[in-house]
Amino acid sequence: MTPPQKHLVLILAREFASNLSTPALVADARWRLVYYNEAAEAYVGKRFAETGEVALDEWLASFEPRTAGQEPLPPERRPGRIAFDERRASHLRFHITSADGVERDIEVTAFPLFAHTDEFVGVVALFWTV
Amino acid sequence: MALRLKIWGCRGSVPAPGADTVTYGGNTSCVEVMLEDEEALVFDAGTGIRALGADLVRRGARQINLFLTHLHLDHLEGLRFFAPLWNPAVKLEIWGPRSPVLSLRERILRGFSPPLFPLDFRDVPAQVTFHDLPGEPWRRDGLTLFTDLVLHPGPTLGFRIESGDAVLAYVPDHEPALAGIEDRTLDWLSAGAIARGADYLLHDSQYLEDEYPTKIGWGHSSVADAVAYSRAVGAERLVLFHHEPERSDQGLESLLSRARELADGDEPPVLAREGMEIELG
Repeated sequence: MTPPQKHLVLILAREFASNLSTPALVADARWRLVYYNEAAEAYVGKRFAETGEVALDEWLASFEPRTAGQEPLPPERRPGRIAFDERRASHLRFHITSADGVERDIEVTAFPLFAHTDEFVGVVALFWTV
Repeated sequence: MALRLKIWGCRGSVPAPGADTVTYGGNTSCVEVMLEDEEALVFDAGTGIRALGADLVRRGARQINLFLTHLHLDHLEGLRFFAPLWNPAVKLEIWGPRSPVLSLRERILRGFSPPLFPLDFRDVPAQVTFHDLPGEPWRRDGLTLFTDLVLHPGPTLGFRIESGDAVLAYVPDHEPALAGIEDRTLDWLSAGAIARGADYLLHDSQYLEDEYPTKIGWGHSSVADAVAYSRAVGAERLVLFHHEPERSDQGLESLLSRARELADGDEPPVLAREGMEIELG
């Protein structure tokens, strides 16, 4: 029929995120970044329209996530990945280096999106500098 | 195969009978896609379905597929007075949206029992089956029907019916402006896949532009948003649907004038009207 259509829940999540002053990103059920809001651009260094949809793990790696002890933070311990893999909400404080080269201590809360109990459609992650 | 449809009700929210609405009609949403033989394909069960039911009895329809966009009363209240429901020889398949926690059947049965109605659904003699949507495309006699969730309060569907090259999109209750229209690519546009390139798009246009600001979030579109949406999805012709119950025939014609002004250069929109028949392909 069509080119792929975003699930309505993702459309609503994007709209929700686009109206927040809290940095937020939205990933789809294939673990691809499908949107981040204007507030997140300060961390990313460019608008979402310039980034486009990308695989999330490799995109996140560019921010060098690491623990309080400056050890690399493995993907499976990151809140977004936990929300995606384990289908549960997750929260963590850790360090990143944002696109402007500034080291930031951030907190991230991520939660899975279920359109129905058996229909996982993506993840929303909110984050802010501590 | 040509696609023929008939509008049995196009009023929004609540029936609006009376001298002021005789031209465009006061019955709530119901559209029939006309099939051959004893089969019928019906969209929504607003009060327009009562007259359709009488007609189907006259035509001897025995196999009826009823597709519900959602369960707000103006799309469901006619079901209880749909004559084929009371005929044990009729097979009625009802398709519609489940909620995040309840099946379509459970949701309909809540409204089809006391104190909202004197009878329980188990008293219905027709052979009724329920099907949750969205699901796989539905096919019959060269016709394919696609469904997807659309922006409207509560689980709500839009329908796309394809027959050969003919495409009809039925999205009667829809507020795409809540998630943006002009600045969105088709895949991020609510019901974009349903309405894309439709020959006829039956779309919500309940409000005038100056009425909409106090109704944001109610699930319906202004005439300007309906025109913008039709243009964004590349629909050939917009059929203005889900008329505001307070709007008289004269008021609807003013709304139509505004729609045509906004659609400058596009195919002029038309007003849905009870009894209107459209043939595609």
